[in-house]
This record gives sequence, C-alpha cells and structure tokens, in this order.
Amino acid sequence: MVKIRIYVRRRVRTSLKVKIVSASLSTLAAVVAIVLMFHVLGVDPLYAFNRIYMASLGSYYGISETITKSIPLLLCGVGLAVAYKAKVWNIGAEGQLLMGAIVSGGLALFTPLPPQLAIPIIFLGGFIGGALWALIPAVLKAKFQVNEVITTLMMNYIAERILLYLVYGPWRGKEVWGFPFTSRIPSYARLPVVPGTRIHYPTLIIGLVSAVLLFFMLSRTTIGFKVRVIGESIRASNYAGIEYSKIVILVMIISGGLAGLAGAGEVAGIQHMLRKGISPGYGFTAIIVAWLGNLNPLLVIASSLLIASILVGGDAIQISIGLSSAFINLFNGTILIFLLLNYFLSEYEIIVRR
Amino acid sequence: MPLVKLKNITKFFPPNILANDHINLEVNVGEIHAILGENGAGKSTLMKILYGMLQPDEGEIYIDGRKVTFRSPRDAMKYGIRMVHQHFMLIENHTVAENIALGMRTSIVNPLKEVKRRIREVSDSYGLKVDPDDYIWQLSAGEKQRVEILRALIDDVRILILDEPTSILTPNEVEKLFEVLRRIRDSGKTILFVTHKLKEVFQISDRVTVLRKGRVIATKETSETCEEELARLMIGEIAVNGINSNKSNYSGNGVVLEVEDLHVLNDKGVTAVKGVNFKVRSGEIVGIAGVAGNGQRELVEAIVGLRRAVRGRIRILNRDVTKASVLDRLKLGLAHIPEDRIGAGVVPRLSIVDNILLTRYFEKTFTLNSIIINYGKIREATREVISRFNVKASDISMPASTLSGGNIQKLIVGRELSKNPKIIVAVHPTYGLDIAASSYIRRMIIDAGNKGAGVLLVSEDLDELIEICDRIMVMFEGRIVGEFSRESFEPHTIGLLMAGIGGG
Repeated sequence: MVKIRIYVRRRVRTSLKVKIVSASLSTLAAVVAIVLMFHVLGVDPLYAFNRIYMASLGSYYGISETITKSIPLLLCGVGLAVAYKAKVWNIGAEGQLLMGAIVSGGLALFTPLPPQLAIPIIFLGGFIGGALWALIPAVLKAKFQVNEVITTLMMNYIAERILLYLVYGPWRGKEVWGFPFTSRIPSYARLPVVPGTRIHYPTLIIGLVSAVLLFFMLSRTTIGFKVRVIGESIRASNYAGIEYSKIVILVMIISGGLAGLAGAGEVAGIQHMLRKGISPGYGFTAIIVAWLGNLNPLLVIASSLLIASILVGGDAIQISIGLSSAFINLFNGTILIFLLLNYFLSEYEIIVRR
Repeated sequence: MPLVKLKNITKFFPPNILANDHINLEVNVGEIHAILGENGAGKSTLMKILYGMLQPDEGEIYIDGRKVTFRSPRDAMKYGIRMVHQHFMLIENHTVAENIALGMRTSIVNPLKEVKRRIREVSDSYGLKVDPDDYIWQLSAGEKQRVEILRALIDDVRILILDEPTSILTPNEVEKLFEVLRRIRDSGKTILFVTHKLKEVFQISDRVTVLRKGRVIATKETSETCEEELARLMIGEIAVNGINSNKSNYSGNGVVLEVEDLHVLNDKGVTAVKGVNFKVRSGEIVGIAGVAGNGQRELVEAIVGLRRAVRGRIRILNRDVTKASVLDRLKLGLAHIPEDRIGAGVVPRLSIVDNILLTRYFEKTFTLNSIIINYGKIREATREVISRFNVKASDISMPASTLSGGNIQKLIVGRELSKNPKIIVAVHPTYGLDIAASSYIRRMIIDAGNKGAGVLLVSEDLDELIEICDRIMVMFEGRIVGEFSRESFEPHTIGLLMAGIGGG
C-alpha cells in the first residue's frame, strides 16, 4: 500500500507569483461561497453585491463611513501588531479602548479644561487610561509570569462593567431620559470632522503617524530590533542580553495607549459623550486587523480599511437587502475565513509526498 | 543466532555529520548490552534507527535472522522493541493506568479494571513500585521512568532500549533501576543500555559496545575488560601535536576572568558546580575538559550571566560581575559562543544581517545615539564576517535559517571573534564541523588569544583541547579534578579523570 503524506511547511520567502495565485484562488473561493449563501436565501447575488459595494466603497458616503470606522481599528491594530511581533498576546485592546474612553470622557465632562488645550489633554488622557489598563497585565506577566491572554481578556469585561457602572450611575446625564448615557461633552472638547462626514481627522492623522513611526521603530531602531528578537526566540534574546520584562512592558504600554487613543477618538469625535456600547467590539476586530496586516504597521493601514469596509458593507445587508442581522456575522465570518486562507496559502506551502 | 543484528548501518545528516558510519552490532537474547560513547558518538542515532524513528541511509537490520524494515516505531513495536526516551512520552493530566491503557487493546466496558490488574501483576513480579491511580504530574522523574518501563513490559517487550536512563535519577534510584533491569534480563528479555558513564557499564552490563565518532570501536565482554581500557576506547588515542607552536607568551599579563568558590544549581535545583576556582589571563587559552553533564553548562551560564551563582564570585577585568546582567558583561567585552547554536546563538527567521547585530546592537559604531540602527555599517560588518570566516551565504538579507548548520556555526564564531572581545567563552566551537573548518576556527581562536583575549574553551574533544590550550582543567561532577599546563599534558591521565577515575 502506498502511503501519501501531506506536510505543511512555512515558506522561506513568498514569490510574487505565489502571492497572485493565492489571492486569486482565495477571492474566487470567497465569491463562490457568498454567491451560494445569497442563492440559498433567495437573494439575487448580483443585486446583493451591488448594494454592499455601494454602501461601503461605491459612494462618497460609503467611503467616508469606511474611513470613519477604520480609525479605531487602525489605532488598536497597529498597537497590537507591535505587541504580537514580540509574541505578547494582548487580547485586551477592547478594554484598553474603553478605559481610554472613560478617562478622556471624564476629563471632558468634569474638569475645567482650557479650551485651546482641551483636545490634546483629552487625547493624552485617553492614551494614559489605555496604557495604565494594559500595564497591569504587563507587570503581572513580566514579574510573575502570569499568562497575559487570560488577564488581558478578563480585563476587557472589568472595563466594560466600570463603563456601565458610570453611565448607569454617577456619570449619567441629567437630560438623557433614563438612557445609559452621560451628558454631552462641551463643544470645545469635540474633534473637528471633514465637512459632510463623520471622519474626525485629528484621530485619523494620529493613527497614520503612529503606523509610520511604529513601522520605523520595528525596522530601524534598537528597541524594534529587541522586539523582533524576543518575538522569534526568547532564548536568543536572553543570550543577547535583551531585558525581556522591559520590552513586554513597553509593547503593552504602546498597544494599550493606542487603544486608549481610539477610545478618546470615539468619545470626542463620534459620540460626544460616554455611553453604553461605545465600541461595537473594535478592540476585538483589531486583532484580525493586525494579523491581516501581517503585523506590519504600514500594512495595517490597508487592513483596517478593508475590515472597516466589510463592517460597513455588512450593515447594508441588513438595511437595504433586508436579511437578518445574524446573516451579517455569517457574511463577515465567511470573508474573514477566505482572507485567512489567502494568508495561509501565501505563507505556507503544502507538500504531498508518497 | 543473535536476536538483533545491525549490518553496515550508516546515517548521514546533511550537510556534514556522519552520525553512524557502517555500524555492525550483534545483540544476544537475554543480555544487557551497554552502548558506550561520548556525546555525539552516534549512540542515540543508532538506537533511533533500531526503534524505527530514523531510517538508515545504508545497512540492514535483522531480527531473529530475518531482515526487517522499520518505517516507524509502530513497525519496530510489532517485533517487541520498545524504547524509553530521556524525555517521557506520557500525558501529564492522566493517571498511570490511563496512560498505559492508551496503546493497549482492552475491553470496551470498564477497561481500566483490567489495565490496573495487569499493572499490579507486572509491577509485583519485577519490583517496579507504581500506583496506577497516581497522576503523571504528581510523579518524580524516576517514577515516570518506571511507568515507561512498565508500559513496555505490559506490552510484552522483547528488546528494551534505555537511552541514558540514569541521567535523571538520584543515586538511590539508580540502584533500584539496576535491580529491576536485572530481573527483566533474568526473565529472558534483552536490554540495550545507552550510557556515557563507565561506572554503569560495569555495574549493569554483560557486554559493551564502544562507539566513537559514529563508528564501532570494539565490542567486549564486560567481565573481560577494565575501566582504563574502555576509557581509552571511548576517548581515543591522543597525540600531542604542535600546531599551537606560534602562540605568543602570555605570562605576566593581567587576569581577565576570575572565578572564585563558585556554586551553581542546575535546572532541577541540584548543585551542579561545586566550588570552582580559576583565573584566565589575557592571551591565555584555558580548556575545560569533561564529559557532558558534569557542570560545564551551568559553569558557562553562570559566567555569562544566564544563571545565578548561589555562592562565590565572578570577576571580569577585575570588576565583580557576580550579580551583573548579561548585557553588562557583554559590554565589558565578553563574547560567548553558546552550546545551543540554533536555539540561542542565532534567530533563524531573522536575516543574516540582523543576526550579526544580535550581540552588537548596543555598540556605538552600529547605532545613532544607541537608538537608530545604522544598517549600512552592520551590512559592512556582516560582509566582513562572511568573507573572513568563509560563511557560504548567497544573500545576507535572507533569513539565517537558509544557511546550513556548519555555516550558522561559522557565522556565530565569526560574529563573536570579530567583536575584538576581551574574554571568549566558547562551548564546543567546532562540534560538527568538517576538518578544514574546524582547524580554521581553532586558528582564529589562537589569533584572538594572541591579540590579547583570554579564552575559556569548553569541549569534550580532548584532541582539540590539547591542540590549542595553554592549560587544561578537567571537570567531573561539578569540581575541577585535575589541572595540566601545556608542558605536562598527559592525555591518558586526562581521559581517565574525565571518566571519573583517579585524581583526588
């Protein structure tokens, strides 16, 4: 009997040809799967694709919404990319975003900020809120080897409960008719937007600048070098005299702080208040954004836009095609699986041997 | 007719390691056959071939005179061959009985009842004390080993292979293990006992086969040989030759490394270095001879800062660095050629250039304000290392993993020597390299000494130590048991001291 063995091996380098083939294969497979899904539900796939496209990338409004939603994904995503590069598994960007929102919202609502400095202070507060929230699991990991996956994940729920306590309790606004909202923040604390859109461009600019700076940090500085060495081999980093705990704490401060900035952006740029459900899970979605960008901060700019367009396009399924909201999850999940298939095919080769 | 016959077994690991070189071996029914050799002699490779984990490039295996081909351990098990590895193949969160049940054919209804009955039966008849209801994680290393042996016995093993079984045991446990092994032999089963410890050969074996550098040197009846003869067979005849003649005189130079009453624990918390004292002067090459596992690794790790000293002092250039970080010691001019090259010495998935940066990222020449890396300079340094040390690399921006093992080694040695270090701690720097590359690296180490570096060279290869060292210290069971200066090298005595014979 002839035994056929199948191996999966990481490619040393991915050629352009492989990249093109894997992208086309994955796209084709995704289209087939989604066409089938619409077909089963009795919706004309061409009509559905058209609606989704128009809603996300095919119209001025769609593009502006895609960019708006990409802002928190970008900020959280680039931070996570740096942490994951060091193999520090921060799953807590959502909680860090919420803490950033709480601190910046608190500053805007309850402190007499000088109007000219209000926005920088709000951003700074957001960064510090997120960074401090990330610092707790960072120190636990660096000093006591506590698994950061568990701590960062659980701290998401703590942050969410703190937010709920505040907006249902002491911070609830006086004229919100019982909704779990705070009052609106003063107008000088609100971020400017591109006219006719919700794009709060100061946050977008911070996100883009962070991506460029972090790309430079990872590829050209000694700190970035240490991050890369630690991510590849802790034993080699010990041998080379790299201080593991310092780098763990640093990348957690970076990723937590940037998630906190995203929270500040949502408060000061979109909601103009603190409220229940201020983030529809941006911090979790950003995990996918970071991986999809291959943990490269510059590519994360593209992946955050791509994922944001899927989120916006998903809304159209519900609104203009009239399918249930459960289908949005199915649709998003399907697209993600095929994106990951593309990643897999371009990073790994499959060898069949007899 | 021998039970097992290995004929011309040859195994080559690319690029240049001939682990087994036309090995012939016969094992008889009902004997304990020791396989003796230093680390890297090819013992484990040979046993893995017999167990079907590796396939030989050449040669044949006969069991009961019939030619067999093992494609995997599953095939070998059909012939009653079982191997107990140094690392146990047990599931920590399951009980002893559950682990043993895994691989057994049992009834579907309440299978553990039958398994437990078998465990009690077998453990009683061989004196292997094991509680079937204990969880594996509760057991000591010695107890886990017993579970592995028990599993083999329950499986009706005919040929039991034990790979360095005593390395994880306390002296008491060793005695108990030997009793069990004798009972197993007396019940008619055959044992292959892999070891590098001479003493054990005489304690337990009926016959012994000595391997050196992938070849069978001799097979002897244990009762007809002695420790001295085996030590000579294992380590080889050593001739002092004069390659080192152009060394400059170092006497009168300052001390660059000083170790005083050093005590270091190993990973299991047992004292592995027991009060070691020595000095290395600038320009001097000091060798540490010894069979692996006698505290050399812990000594080296303490000197470079990877392991804490529990007692004693380490001074580098007269600065007390006992508590200093690895980085501080590197900055003082320490270079370390580590034992584990792929695991620690390089980062395989980073580029060759980044790997040159690995131990030099803090140097002013390569950075702007020690923040921004000057990749132009680093590339220059990389090309220099590659051409000076003849590393075969087509593209320095490719990952280090694209290099062969020998070239990775030359890259590490080149990186460390080209830093112009004050102290070089080198562990087996030529292990696995071909003759030309080895002698080139030895030459470079001598050159580094002539330029004023003090060298501490840890090696199991006595030829190499004798060739280039000014002084050799022999380490055995955590202590320096002998010291020889160049004028008084006695390879024979050194070999015996390495094996734990003679000395003080």
